Amino acid sequence: MSFKKHPTHIALLLALIFTASPFLSKASESEKIKGFNAGEMIMHHVLDAHDIHIMDGLTIPLPVILYTDNGIDIFSFSNFYDENHSTTSVYKSESTGYAYAYNRGHVYIADESGMINTDEAGSITNVAPLDFSITKNVVGMLLSILIMFLIFLSVAKGYRTNRGKAPKGIQSFMEPLILFIRDEVAKPSIGRRHERFMPFLLSIFFFIWITNMLGMIPFLGGLNVTGNIGVTAVLAMFTFVITSFSANKGYWSHIIMPPGVPLWLLPIMIPIELVGVVSKPLVLCLRLFANITAGHIIILSFASLIFIFQASSGDSTALGVSIGSTVFLVFMNGLELLVAFLQAYVFTLLSALYFGMATEEAH
Amino acid sequence: MGLVTPGIGLVFWTTLAFLIVLFLLGKFAWKPILSSIKEREDSIEGSLKAAENAQKEMQALQSKNEELIFEARKERDLLLKDAKETSDKMISDAKSKSKLEGDKMIVHAREEIANEKAAALSEIKEMVSSFSIEIAEKLLRDKLATDGSQKALVSRYIDDLKLN
Repeated sequence: MSFKKHPTHIALLLALIFTASPFLSKASESEKIKGFNAGEMIMHHVLDAHDIHIMDGLTIPLPVILYTDNGIDIFSFSNFYDENHSTTSVYKSESTGYAYAYNRGHVYIADESGMINTDEAGSITNVAPLDFSITKNVVGMLLSILIMFLIFLSVAKGYRTNRGKAPKGIQSFMEPLILFIRDEVAKPSIGRRHERFMPFLLSIFFFIWITNMLGMIPFLGGLNVTGNIGVTAVLAMFTFVITSFSANKGYWSHIIMPPGVPLWLLPIMIPIELVGVVSKPLVLCLRLFANITAGHIIILSFASLIFIFQASSGDSTALGVSIGSTVFLVFMNGLELLVAFLQAYVFTLLSALYFGMATEEAH
Repeated sequence: MGLVTPGIGLVFWTTLAFLIVLFLLGKFAWKPILSSIKEREDSIEGSLKAAENAQKEMQALQSKNEELIFEARKERDLLLKDAKETSDKMISDAKSKSKLEGDKMIVHAREEIANEKAAALSEIKEMVSSFSIEIAEKLLRDKLATDGSQKALVSRYIDDLKLN
């Protein structure tokens, strides 16, 4: 099922992306004149969204799924678009009877007049239903999962067809990586019982790596899946849960009763040890999130520089700046390509180390 | 704050998606991939070990061969030495035997020669004696051809008789 043999897969993939009734917006001239707000643009790209913004004029609305006390509402995000492609429309649900309004990435239940109210401090007072929407990041995640399935099912098939022989095609590209995770990450960190953790380590490594790389592809809506703290938190939570459940007696006894520590120190030591237990996944989560988000922000900032200079100093200055910016962009993209791999590796390595600590035999 | 507040929807979908990945890839990709890599590695390791063993065996065989060759050489040398000794002995035996035989033959020849010689001598003697008798006869015949001589002889015989 390699890509070369089955171009239909790619076609299918593209069709999947583009048949979601792309909403062609008519960006008005007045918006452009207002000037360029780099911060807003960057945050818009880095944050999750309910639509995929391929480029100005081509936005794919995604399904909104809301869980309310009256039931579940599923509708297209395009219901919030008004004639100017702003998200000011109010959607009235038939099934639950609620009217929804959208504001800065969140869906709220609008009041009777279809308004969103704020208090004196400026925070919104409307009730927000639980939002289980298929957002941009969910789509990105599904895309990377699809790619993983395509790659690794074909690799697995390769192993079935040339059993005991040298790898071929995509199989020979993936085998060194799989062996790298096994021999350089799992075996030294976990030791003898590494085989139990291999499926998780491989899954998390390739998931993070492929997702990181997807985020670097332009015109894919600026996917920032691994730069979302929700995603990294879940991944870190997986590591935490597996660590805790596979931990042996020695691991827990080290936390509850650290050996060689005088009794009067225990009230201090136990909280410290517990902080250590919690901080491990927290650090995993934050590191991946911060690295990827920072990369996205830097790349977008370099691109924004051009438009900032265009707005402030005119087209000729912007042209000059664009040359420098492009050079930096190329450099940063190269760096991010490295970071994409490195962060996947670091996450996997640290997970493996935590597993190793949890399953370490008493000495 | 939107950047660091995880959305519940995304958390839910990520958990679900990753569980699916873990389950499906674990079952249909990682397990067969890892097991076949391990299988292949084991087979390669086994082959290497077998090759090493074969080499060791070869070496053992070679040293054994060398030993055999060495032994064979030793034996050959021994055999050659034996053969040489035997042949030398045979030659010397033959030589001494032939010498003995020759000596014997020479002695025999000498005896023969002596016998022949003796026979010839006796024959010659016989012949000489017969010849001398014939000569004597002839001489006597010549001497006694006349009556006077016969008478003289008879008278000498008579004289002789008389003397006796």
